[in-house]
Amino acid sequence: MSHEGYLLLFIAVLPFVGALVPGVMIRAGRTACASFAAVPTALAFILLLMLAPSVMRGEVIQAELEWLPQLGLSASFFLDGLGLLFAGMILGVGLLIILYARFYLSHEDPVGQFYTYLLLFQGAMLGIVLSDNILLLLIFWELTSLSSFLLIGYWKHLPEGRQGARMALAVTGAGGLAMIGGMLILGSIAGSYNLTDILEQGDAIRASDWYMPALILILLGAFTKSAQFPFHFWLPHAMAAPTPVSAYLHSATMVKAGVFLLARMWPVLSGTDAWFYIVATTGLVTMVLGALIALFKDDLKALLAFSTVSHLGLLTMLLGFGTQAAAVAAVFHIINHLTFKAALFMTAGIVDHETHTRDIKRLGGLRHLMPVTFVIGTVAALSMAGIPLFNGFLSKEMMLEEASHTYWAGSAYAVPVMATIGALLSVAYSLRFISHVFLGPQRDDYPHKPHDPPFGMWASPGLLIVLVLLIGVAPFVADGIVATAASAVTGAELHPHLKIWHGVTPALWMSVAAVAGGVVLLSAHAPLDRLWAAAPRPEAKAIFHRLVAAVVGFSRWFTEVTHNGAISRYLAIFTLASVLVGWMAYRGSGLPLPTRGLLPVPPVIAVGWILLIAATAYVVVVHHNRFQSLVLIGIIGLMISAGFVYLSAPDLALTQISVETVTIMLLLLALNFMPQMTPKESSMGRKLRDAIIAVAAGGSVGALAYAFMLRDVETISDYHLANSYEGGGGTNVVNVILVDFRGYDTYGEIIVLGIAGFVIYALMRALLDGPAARRLRTLEFGYNISKDRHPLMMVVVTRVLMPIAVVVGIYIFLRGHNQPGGGFVAGLVIAIALLMQYMASGFFWTQARKKIEYHTLIGIGVVIAGLTGAGAWLYARPFLTSSYTYVHWPPIEEFELATAMLFDLGVFLTVLGAVMLMLYSLSRIARYAGETVNVEPMDYDPGERAEEKVEA
Amino acid sequence: MIEYALLFAAGCYGIALLMDLWRIVLGPDSADRILALDTMVINVIALLVLYGVWRGTEVYFEAAMLIAMVGFVSTVAYCRYILRGDIIE
Repeated sequence: MSHEGYLLLFIAVLPFVGALVPGVMIRAGRTACASFAAVPTALAFILLLMLAPSVMRGEVIQAELEWLPQLGLSASFFLDGLGLLFAGMILGVGLLIILYARFYLSHEDPVGQFYTYLLLFQGAMLGIVLSDNILLLLIFWELTSLSSFLLIGYWKHLPEGRQGARMALAVTGAGGLAMIGGMLILGSIAGSYNLTDILEQGDAIRASDWYMPALILILLGAFTKSAQFPFHFWLPHAMAAPTPVSAYLHSATMVKAGVFLLARMWPVLSGTDAWFYIVATTGLVTMVLGALIALFKDDLKALLAFSTVSHLGLLTMLLGFGTQAAAVAAVFHIINHLTFKAALFMTAGIVDHETHTRDIKRLGGLRHLMPVTFVIGTVAALSMAGIPLFNGFLSKEMMLEEASHTYWAGSAYAVPVMATIGALLSVAYSLRFISHVFLGPQRDDYPHKPHDPPFGMWASPGLLIVLVLLIGVAPFVADGIVATAASAVTGAELHPHLKIWHGVTPALWMSVAAVAGGVVLLSAHAPLDRLWAAAPRPEAKAIFHRLVAAVVGFSRWFTEVTHNGAISRYLAIFTLASVLVGWMAYRGSGLPLPTRGLLPVPPVIAVGWILLIAATAYVVVVHHNRFQSLVLIGIIGLMISAGFVYLSAPDLALTQISVETVTIMLLLLALNFMPQMTPKESSMGRKLRDAIIAVAAGGSVGALAYAFMLRDVETISDYHLANSYEGGGGTNVVNVILVDFRGYDTYGEIIVLGIAGFVIYALMRALLDGPAARRLRTLEFGYNISKDRHPLMMVVVTRVLMPIAVVVGIYIFLRGHNQPGGGFVAGLVIAIALLMQYMASGFFWTQARKKIEYHTLIGIGVVIAGLTGAGAWLYARPFLTSSYTYVHWPPIEEFELATAMLFDLGVFLTVLGAVMLMLYSLSRIARYAGETVNVEPMDYDPGERAEEKVEA
Repeated sequence: MIEYALLFAAGCYGIALLMDLWRIVLGPDSADRILALDTMVINVIALLVLYGVWRGTEVYFEAAMLIAMVGFVSTVAYCRYILRGDIIE
């Protein structure tokens, strides 16, 4: 990566880093906060200016960091003419906005938050214009939607702000989703997600069958972002944001992101009929419609919002024409629109700030009260109207020139006439902005006595109108940047010469007609306004709300149908779906003929099979009796364990045996507080339905297993068998899979197990603190059939068994890597050994002898496993790469030490902790139910009695 | 000779398993059922050991030992449930 590439990365990262600061710096005051927000922006701007000369020479600066190369996603940026233009606008206007906002926001507003959001937005926006990878671009695209949501809803106390923010997010977010689809299609056509690669494949992309879907999806993204008809309605509602936000997002940057994307994709997507008719027509309609609505808006910012919609339509239309000259006009108008529109928004903000109203009907005659604002607003509005010697005139003239020779569906007049009407309306509302706000008689009923704001507030718009005048009078100053940007858009070397006088062209006549018509229209504004107010027209906000309500209603209906809280329904849906998918897969591929024969069934094995089937069937019969079902489940568990042994899966057998025991104890503990019989709730029809589902699913799984076992199928087992010793250093393949090949899964699973333990603990706590605890205290649980709670014989046996069980556990653990066993089984065995003590001598006695909390065990286990995995990083290997060596300590035989063993220790501790925590939590219920506890290990201690006798 | 002895023993334990099942289904008492289940566990241990002898390997012995060590814990738990209700007092 070149030196300049690093600078580019730095520019892209600066706003995000800078965003961390203002939220903290606000403690030092608003000015300090604004200054610290300005620093990263200014720094990035300066760096950009340093890179500008090379870009102006036609170089493209690139920077790339690998991120997820497997997905084709890399953090790569590039800076060409178009990127330079937009980045300059984003950072330059950003600086002006930071200054303006310092004076605009009041003392009550959380200014630190504002600047943090603003810099986040700035970073996201910069990311869009600098990304060289379309996946990265999509990420930044969504980030602008999110950060603009925060900015639009900045005044959280205003319902309009919140609703506007939500609407903007819904519309631009939906468009963003469509665009993700479009971009992915584009990437797969081009075979690369890198913009620079995609931009070279225009012909292949336009010829592809997938061109249309990609085009429509990408256009949806661009049109929603740039507020094109019929998605234009969100922009005026987003005006509930503070004016600095409107000036920044809704004139200079975010809404231009859609236009930027159209320009960026111009070499690839434009040049077809579909592009022309969709993009140019949408732009034309938006331009005229936006201008028409703007003329009748009384809210200053709404007027400007619709005017922005109209100008965005103009830009879209120009890019839609698909000619190089139109692209030059579009690029030039982007610059011009930025300068006058941002100035106008700031002017509107100043007027609102000083008079406390934005309603045009309550304003007028401000020219003497606010002379500076009057000058700024007038210059900017005249430029917007397209009056000569202001920069808006130049690009509007170029637009009319392009429109004048564009044919639409064979008609030579459609586009020029509509474009002239758009320009005419634009003149009308621009002049209205001047005359109805600043001209006319001075009034004495302003909500607040207006006067010019401090210098800091009008400095930013002041600077912008200097640019308006400079470009308007001496357009050649913009030659360089327009040429660079337009060349980047079109992919051809362009050298346009911007000038004021083009001679007497059709465009000039159209311009004259527009200005004259606009003045006439404005003079008739009052009667037209009454007509407009009386005319019926669709209310976009109401339609949007109805649409959202319909979607929400459908989602709610669907959720309630599928997720009604009954587990039987979830299971039915899940099971049926699985059966259906399996059935479709089965039908799709023909099954090859069986290659294996059936194995003989020895009589004793048949007995085991009979026991399994009989017990299962009998559970169905007696399932209402919970205890009896539990006994039957004991048979099933036993037979499965024996089956694992017989079918050469000793690891599974050991695990199953231990799991069975623990499960039975958990269920018995819970059963104590539940009714002995489950109620009969299901009707006959329901039972039949459930039976059909169950048989279908069970039969399918059985058939699948049968089909697989009769055929030789290549599985991953062969790989595991071949690589277990060399790759993982163990001969027990099951254990090596658990701690090495699929170690990451195991790591996840023990974490889940730990979480399950904690959840049971927490739920039990919540339960026992709630109303259930009161009910528990009044209920009688347990039976007093045997008076001996802690029988001597059991206590003695369990004490004797404890060390044996612990040794067995350690043994199983240690040899687990090479022989059946491992941390999981060992954890269960030790847990059972401890549980025996709980059962024999009671809860309290055992609890008093426990030194380490079970919570801690879980935590230590997960940490050990995690650290073992991370240890591999020290040797620059991936997470959980295991290593092993052989050690010889006399007099012990040579033995193996593997890091996998340490990982297994983590598994062991977590399993032990989680199992014990679950049983501990469940058995706590009894104490709440008023059960007494014992201090002694057993109820009748014969030893004590003997001593007493001796003493006596 | 040992094959016949093994076969005979396995057959006996197999029949014993079926009789355990008979007792568990019929009951009539929970105590009968628990006892039958416990007997079933012991029969399975015996079968595993026999199988290990027949195949000449020690692998099955461990499974049998583990069942022997923890199998009785569930029996105790069942009994405690019947007698006291709460298995951990």
